[in-house]
Amino acid sequence: MKGKIKIATTSLAGCFGCHMSILDIDERLIDLVDIVEFNRSPLTDIKHASQCDIGIIEGAVANSENVEVLREFRRECKTLVAIGACALNGGVPAMRNHYSLTECIKESYLDGIGLDNPMVPNDPDLPKLLDKVHPVQEVVKIDYFLPGCPPPADMIWKMLTDLLAGREPVFTPQQIYYD
Amino acid sequence: MASIQIDDKSIDFQPGQSIIQAASNAGVYIPHLCYHPEFTAHGSCRVCMVEVNGRQVSACTTEAQDGMQISHMSDDLQQTRKQVLEMLFAEGNHVCPSCEKSGACTLQSVAEYCGMLTAEFTFQYPQREIDASHEDFILDKNRCINCELCVRASRDIDGKSVFAIAGRGGQAQLIVNAVDGQLGSTDFSVQDRAASVCPVGSILPKHYGFVTPIGQRSFDLKPIEQQQVSGHEG
Repeated sequence: MKGKIKIATTSLAGCFGCHMSILDIDERLIDLVDIVEFNRSPLTDIKHASQCDIGIIEGAVANSENVEVLREFRRECKTLVAIGACALNGGVPAMRNHYSLTECIKESYLDGIGLDNPMVPNDPDLPKLLDKVHPVQEVVKIDYFLPGCPPPADMIWKMLTDLLAGREPVFTPQQIYYD
Repeated sequence: MASIQIDDKSIDFQPGQSIIQAASNAGVYIPHLCYHPEFTAHGSCRVCMVEVNGRQVSACTTEAQDGMQISHMSDDLQQTRKQVLEMLFAEGNHVCPSCEKSGACTLQSVAEYCGMLTAEFTFQYPQREIDASHEDFILDKNRCINCELCVRASRDIDGKSVFAIAGRGGQAQLIVNAVDGQLGSTDFSVQDRAASVCPVGSILPKHYGFVTPIGQRSFDLKPIEQQQVSGHEG
C-alpha cells in the first residue's frame, strides 16, 4: 500500500458525541494511526479537507456553513460515511422542524426565560440558519450509514476496518442501535 | 397432518391457520408490526411479506395450505421489508434517542432485525399533536404507525372503542372517541388491553418514565425474534 489512508471527520449540527464514540475505540486508535492519516478533523485542526479516502460526517444540516462543509467533504472524499441519528434523520436538531424559524429565534434570543439583554445575533460572520434541519443524504450522496446516538465504538471500528480492508461494511442486527 | 415448507423447515398446521400462526407455533419468526395473535389479522403493515410459489403475500392474512413452498428471508423480501420500514420512519417523527419507548419498541426492534441502517426517503417531519389530557397516559401521535392494534384491542377486547383511524392515505391518523377529541375525556384506563398493546411509543404510561434504564428493556434482554413467536407475545 502506497502511503497512508487519509480520513477526514467533521461535526455539523451535532454534539460531538459521535466523535467521542470514535475516540472510544480506545487503544485501537494506536493501530489505526499506523495505517491512516487524519486530514480535516477536530483532532487535527486542519481547516479544509483535501483528497481524502474516507470522510466521516456527524450531525445534521442546520445552517449555510453545514451545507458548505458537507459539499466540501463530498467533493474531497472518495467514500462518505454518515454517522449518528442527527446525520441520518435530523435527530434532536430536527425537532425544531415543528416550529417556524422565527418562533425558534424568538424563543432562544428574545422571549426565553432568564435572558440578559435579549437581542437576535446579526453579526455578518454568523452562518445563516436554514428554514428546516435536513439529514445529510438530502444534500449530498452518502455511501454508508451508521445509526445510533452515538453509534457504538465497536460499530465504528467495524466500519473502519471493513473499509480499510476494501470490504463492504456489513452489520448484524445485534450491532445496530438507533438510540 | 397438513404441512407447509418454510425455507428448509417443514411445519405442521391446523386447518384455518395463517402462515404467520403456523410459523410462530413452530418457533419461526416472521417480522411483523400490525399482526398480534390475540386480534383479527389486519394485513396493513406489509412487513410480514413472504414468498409463496414465487408471489409475495402477507403471512398474517394468507391461510396455510398443504404443500405450500414458502420463502421468508430472501434478499428480495428483506429489501421489501426494509423499504416499508423506511417509509414508516420517514413519514412519522421517530426520534429514538429521545423516546421513552426505545428498547421496548417493536418498530425499532423489527427495523434493527431487518438490518435497516437508515431511511433513505425524504423525511416528512409532520406536525402532530401530543395529548397529555389523560391522568395515566400520554398519546403521542408523532410515533403512531396506524397499525390499529389499539383500535382492535379497545373495540374487540375492552368493548370501549376508544380509538379509530380517521382520514385516508397520507391524511390517515389516530383519533379518540370523545367530543373534544381528548383521551382524558374517554373511559380509557390502565386495565384496558389497548393500554399495553401499542408497538411504538404512541400510547405511553405516565409516571414510569425511564424507571427501566436503557439497556435493560424488553428487547435489550431478549431479542424480538425470540419474543414474538408463539406463547411469548406481549
